[in-house]
Amino acid sequence: MTNKFNNCETCPVHQSTYLKKLGVNMDKWDYALALAGNPNTGKSTVFNALTGLRQHTGNWPGKTVTRAEGGFIYQEKRYKIVDLPGTYSLLSTSTDEEVARNFILFGKPDVTVIVIDATRIERNLNLTLQILEITDRIVICLNLMDEAGRHQLRIDERILSKELGVPVIPTSARKGEGIDELLRAIHEVANGLYVCKPHHILSGSKSLKRAVSQLVEKIENRFSGISNARWIALRLLEGDPRIIEAVKKGELDNLYQKIENTETR
Amino acid sequence: MKNQVDNIIEKNKITDEQILDTANSLRWDLGENLHDSLLESIYQDAAEISEKVVTKVDEKPRYDWDRTLDRLLTSRWTGFPIMLLMLTIIFWITISGANVPSALLASFLIDTIHPVLKDAAAYLGTPLWLDGLLIDGIYLAMAWVISVMLPPMMIFFPLFTLLEDFGYLPRVAFNLDSLFKKAGAHGKQALTMAMGYGCNAAGIIATRVIDSPRERLIAIITNNFSLCNGRWPTQILIASLFIGSMVPAALGGLVSATAVVAVALLGIVLTFVTSWFLSRTILKGEASTFSLELPPYRPPKILQTLYTSIIDRTIFVLWRAIIFAVPAGAVIWLSANVMIGDQSIGEYIVNFMDPFGLILGLNGVILFAYIIAIPANEIVIPTILMLTVMVLNASGVGEGAGVMFELDDYQTYTELFAAGGWTLLTAINLMLFSLIHNPCSTTIYTIYKETKSLKWTAISTFLPIVMGIAICFFVAQIWRIFVGAG
Amino acid sequence: MISEKKIEKQIRLSDLQKGDEAHIEGFEDDEGSLVRLRDMGLHDGISLRVIKFAPLGDPIEIKTRGFYLSIRKSLANRILIKKNNGIK
Repeated sequence: MTNKFNNCETCPVHQSTYLKKLGVNMDKWDYALALAGNPNTGKSTVFNALTGLRQHTGNWPGKTVTRAEGGFIYQEKRYKIVDLPGTYSLLSTSTDEEVARNFILFGKPDVTVIVIDATRIERNLNLTLQILEITDRIVICLNLMDEAGRHQLRIDERILSKELGVPVIPTSARKGEGIDELLRAIHEVANGLYVCKPHHILSGSKSLKRAVSQLVEKIENRFSGISNARWIALRLLEGDPRIIEAVKKGELDNLYQKIENTETR
Repeated sequence: MKNQVDNIIEKNKITDEQILDTANSLRWDLGENLHDSLLESIYQDAAEISEKVVTKVDEKPRYDWDRTLDRLLTSRWTGFPIMLLMLTIIFWITISGANVPSALLASFLIDTIHPVLKDAAAYLGTPLWLDGLLIDGIYLAMAWVISVMLPPMMIFFPLFTLLEDFGYLPRVAFNLDSLFKKAGAHGKQALTMAMGYGCNAAGIIATRVIDSPRERLIAIITNNFSLCNGRWPTQILIASLFIGSMVPAALGGLVSATAVVAVALLGIVLTFVTSWFLSRTILKGEASTFSLELPPYRPPKILQTLYTSIIDRTIFVLWRAIIFAVPAGAVIWLSANVMIGDQSIGEYIVNFMDPFGLILGLNGVILFAYIIAIPANEIVIPTILMLTVMVLNASGVGEGAGVMFELDDYQTYTELFAAGGWTLLTAINLMLFSLIHNPCSTTIYTIYKETKSLKWTAISTFLPIVMGIAICFFVAQIWRIFVGAG
Repeated sequence: MISEKKIEKQIRLSDLQKGDEAHIEGFEDDEGSLVRLRDMGLHDGISLRVIKFAPLGDPIEIKTRGFYLSIRKSLANRILIKKNNGIK
């Protein structure tokens, strides 16, 4: 195991500063989890299953419109979990997905749990692959397995896990199935017992890899403590005007502040 | 020494310029199509991976319930009738289901506990005015709100939630979208409108799903035309007393129910008309494009839904009863019992408002009641009853001035209203006004919290009431021309 | 990128009839709601089928990649497609 404790990124103090800025109170918790995924994948059901809470879950896309928070204790560690509204992509500009996007991008949770609809894997992978570019502490919850069964689909989660480089846990959250395994996987990733090797897009392109690492070095130097330099680098290389503006105005830091002000609902 | 270190640190600090320059040159090398390549790659990888991972097991075709249901619920012929039917069914179940529990709660809280409290107060030697204020005013107001609000809320919300969970609501949005588009509004307004039938405050919060601020405001301003649970009792009582009573008893229930549904439909029509009007005047703008995924139908988890819903709603009603009914109860009692000369404040106000009320086809009692009921729609009827009694100085009915009570049968109600000068016109206009007036205080507060704008909160509050006054006025005039004195 | 002239002559999603199958050739512009459709899974090359029109004629329900989407005609009008000739 490498020196976890010298690395700023894994220090609990470091984590909680970002989270506090997003209004997540980490005073009584050890780890923060983000629950992300497309709309209508049963995220809220997973949330309820993990926390034992009873947030209402409705069957229309966009039902969860605020950020629900809850917590649980597993193996004597206290986990705070934030249920984000569903989003289709981190690159789109629609405002009802901003909450989720900003948290995933700038919140740096300890583990991001991505909930995928087993009957719509290809479509769900869009967001998943994007998130894999940002963080490497991910657990995939392959939910709605009962629906997949109803539609006569068989999913090989081991191959999926191999392809994505992160743990994949099949669940049927509304039936309570698979939750124990999910908790275990979350625990292992959070505590560094399982190290992910997330799939990266265009990983075959050497020139991209070189370009990204060059840029990342510079970005991390200029904006110390930034949590997702790789994502910013990719956006800059793409020529994303919003990010370019933000860098020009030195506003990358402000992106964190802005979130703090829009989160309180 | 320190300066030198600082200088070195400064020199090694990368500037924003440098980052952008590096990015620019790298971008040149990589080619302008990086964005497209990345997107392509994501789609490709997603397709490849899912290909490897998913297999369809059985080729035997199974009966596709989903498609059949959809055909039924969104077809040209059956789509709209089914929506109407669903609305009626939900109304009917809520109304008939709430009757018994409401009566039980009322009998417990009012017939049983109230006297106990009075006795306790007498035992403690509480001064008469305090006893009256606290027990006859405040406590009774709370008791009324709880017995009137709790049962329908506990039926409607779980029903609605089950429907939501099942997946019906997006189909409603699908059916109605064309109308919303013509009105310049967003298809998802169908959903917020539906939520408003339970509680307008909940409907306002639901508008968060609407992206465009313009369309969100339209949904917010018009949400009050969805008859919330708190107003159903008013509608039902008046419809039963004045409209249902005009037909033979056997049909009475059906006719009153139809009248209530008709009012609800009027509300829907007004929603569209007002949305249209708003999007042509103060909320002009482009209709935003609307795409919605139609999720598969999912059998709802009945028990879990009931549990969540019931706890949610019970807490909400209790909170509301305490925060809003309490001051209202106090005001009612005070206005009926504080004398100026030989008349109570209440009588003065009612008499003062009477002329204006009559012009609108209502009366002073109703207007004053609506002012008192700004906090919460549920207390309109008991306030009206109490004020009518006070004005008539009727004896033998109720427990004296300023006390809310429950009358045991319709006969007494009818006599009371007749004595108060009520006519069919009064009843109709009351139903109309109940549909078209300002939102309750919880809703106003929610609107403010969601929009953070005094201007839009004011518009949402006053537009309906202005419309209500106008409509009642016109109905009264036309009625009087065609039907005679009213 | 498709040339201006070609865009004009292209068939749009809104031109299709119930039951038609087609695949996406492009989008008329990069406006937010079109991008969002892409995020939802409607990108170049994928196949779709028109299931029905709403009772009042608008919006359109399409099926693609296993899920169902309701799209207003004004949006469908900006999606360029090419009909499939009876091949699933």
